[in-house]
Amino acid sequence: MEERRRIISILMENEAGALSRVAGLFSARGFNIESLTVAPTEDSTLSRMTLVTDGDEAVIEQVTKQLNKLVDVVRLMDLTDDRHIQRELMLVKVEVTGEAREEVKRLVDIFRGNVVDVGETLYTVELTGAGDKLDAFLEALSPNRIVEVVRSGISGIARGGRALTVR
Amino acid sequence: MQKVAAADAADAAAAEVLTGAEIVVRCLRDEKIEFIFGYPGGAALHIYDALYRQDEVKHVLARHEQGAAHAADGYARATGRPGVVLVTSGPGVTNTITGIATAYMDSIPMVVICGQVPRHLIGDDAFQEVDACGVSRPCVKHNFLVNDVSELALTIKKAFYIATTGRPGPVLVDIPKDVTAQTAPYRYPRQIRIRSYAPVHRGHPGQVRKAVQLLRDARRPMIYTGGGVVQSGGAAAAALTDLVRILGYPCTNTLMGLGAFPASDKLFVGMLGMHGTYEANMAMHHCDVLLAVGARFDDRVTGELSTFCPYAKIIHVDIDPSSIGKNVKVTVPIVGDAGKVLADMVAVLRGGGNGGAGGGNRHLGGWWKQIEEWRAVDSLHYDRGSALIKPQFVIEKLHEVTKGGAFVTSDVGQHQMWAAQFYNFDRPRRWINSGGLGTMGFGLPAAMGVRLGHPEATVCCVTGEASIIMCIQELSTCKQYDLPLKIINLNNRYMGMVRQWQEFFYDRRYSHSYMDALPDFVALAESFGHIGVRVERPGDVEGALVEAISDKDRLVFMDFITDQTENVYPMIAAGKGHHEMHLRSAAGGDGGAPAERELA
Ligand SMILES: Cc1ncc(C[n+]2csc(CCOP(=O)(O)OP(=O)(O)O)c2C)c(N)n1
Ligand SMILES: [Mg+2]
Repeated sequence: MEERRRIISILMENEAGALSRVAGLFSARGFNIESLTVAPTEDSTLSRMTLVTDGDEAVIEQVTKQLNKLVDVVRLMDLTDDRHIQRELMLVKVEVTGEAREEVKRLVDIFRGNVVDVGETLYTVELTGAGDKLDAFLEALSPNRIVEVVRSGISGIARGGRALTVR
Repeated sequence: MQKVAAADAADAAAAEVLTGAEIVVRCLRDEKIEFIFGYPGGAALHIYDALYRQDEVKHVLARHEQGAAHAADGYARATGRPGVVLVTSGPGVTNTITGIATAYMDSIPMVVICGQVPRHLIGDDAFQEVDACGVSRPCVKHNFLVNDVSELALTIKKAFYIATTGRPGPVLVDIPKDVTAQTAPYRYPRQIRIRSYAPVHRGHPGQVRKAVQLLRDARRPMIYTGGGVVQSGGAAAAALTDLVRILGYPCTNTLMGLGAFPASDKLFVGMLGMHGTYEANMAMHHCDVLLAVGARFDDRVTGELSTFCPYAKIIHVDIDPSSIGKNVKVTVPIVGDAGKVLADMVAVLRGGGNGGAGGGNRHLGGWWKQIEEWRAVDSLHYDRGSALIKPQFVIEKLHEVTKGGAFVTSDVGQHQMWAAQFYNFDRPRRWINSGGLGTMGFGLPAAMGVRLGHPEATVCCVTGEASIIMCIQELSTCKQYDLPLKIINLNNRYMGMVRQWQEFFYDRRYSHSYMDALPDFVALAESFGHIGVRVERPGDVEGALVEAISDKDRLVFMDFITDQTENVYPMIAAGKGHHEMHLRSAAGGDGGAPAERELA
């Protein structure tokens, strides 16, 4: 069966240990986690997670069933096959001396990023977008300029009226 | 609903202020818990003090926390009510982990309450501190750390609700010592709703009808059921029995499911799986429609998955959606409680005007003829003329002497398989064993729980000399609480099951499986205040059993010195299919050279 990358949104009780239950489930059952983001929602009793994983259909069926089985999981939604938005935040520290200052600035503009910190020899760039856009930005920079990269992991939401809520 | 809510509100108004420790005990009382199994220690002392000041909830003092957990588990398996464990922090709770994991693997409802160091010391590597929630997480259905005394009663209610509903399992509640000293108004909620937890009960009616149609159209049907039918309750076993008899189809049970369908019924083809009967496994292999209920297609049941039930369309009924489709492809999945789905299937069958025996399925005659041929192979036969005590013979005699009416607990090894194969359970909840985790040491403490739950019953523990040693300390508990268990020690001076694998798969290199320096079990039993008996000749087996079983007051430890070389047959080697079973050779019994013949 074909392996596919999957993006799954999870609404969980905002309880101590909720994250470790999800992480523990993945390690115990040998599922992959490509990325996992988590933060409370507007309702402080709930946390929202976005999980990116891969596997064939049978594995993904088990992943979603096992997640649903966790007592703290309120609901989940596999976003992959429906229209959805994925965003990831990246912060990159780039070495910028001489001509590179302008060159990097132009690149940041093309990618619609921001320079959020400026030093004598360093820019800190903030960029949001889908994962492949962030990858492309890193590729466009010459590798020896990259000092440090921080990526948040992907957050996802469905387009249109579909929403993952308690109601 | 409204009435309950009003009653809850009235309770709240009248709420008494209690300490956390008192709240724990009152919750247990209000949950109608009869026994808790435990062991005290620093972090649990406030709770122990609250226990001392009441006499409604009875505490049973085990001799090791593992024993306490297995005893609570045995109680739960035999009664259907949740088992409750109370232990202290640190080593108290780590000692329960094997017991919790055992219950988890077999989906047994259990609530484990453990003391924790005071909140201000959590994370400090304090004396007897261990992260109980972290350590138990992979083997509990859920767990809680109680941070606030005002949430204690609700948390305990949730724990029981989660442990006993849906697919049951153990739930751990970790309570810091200072929380047990704080006070709060006590109110035990009569009912609760957890928004993130909503177990399904009824199966989808359309799926049920589809399943029945598939069963009716089968040419070579087979019904395979597991622990889920036992756990679901007596109504489930009754519904299964109805269903099988209405259809007239062959039925097999897993190791965990024995007793859900009466073994004495002709439609029963024995246990299936690694040590299942030839007829059960062959019928599995050749069936064209398989109804699986409350069973999870465990590797010891299926053998090699790629050759499992190659011709079958599968109907799978389970309360846990994640069990369905996990190991095998299913044609008709039904999520629901085994008892309710089985009853619905029976109703559809009866409603269809097809209520007669055999369900009018004209293909059945040929299928049964084939099954009877397999049955005639007599795959469980053993040498009845042996001068040594054959372990199978002891179990057959035990069945005879107890008239099949005993509760039988077991440990893990050959003796467990022989008990499963030869006791012929006719009723659910009578066969109590650690099927999923395979925990040696389970049998004796589990039997204590069984007996406390059924104070008049004959409770036997079929064990081996290696297993019994693992929780032997519980003989002391049996003395304290006057539990007249009957221990049947099938003493082969080997970790027999290990030896069998070494004989078959490691060229008889018996690495560390010989039990040297064994104790004198008779003297050992006597030193704990019980009766010990050694039985060395086949001719003495029945007499010893009759005498032991007729003693209603004392625990009797029977040390049967059995044939050391005996092996469990039939056997499907790991990685083999149901059709590749090893049978004992017709000459039989020598147990030496791989004398088994392979039938395909
Ligand atoms: C706690 C634990 N440790 C190890 C094992 C592996 N094991 C399975 S059967 C067995 C031997 C059991 O010997 P005994 O109790 O004498 O039973 P017999 O097979 O001889 O009937 C062992 C060591 C286990 N199941 N549980
Ligand atoms: Mg042995």
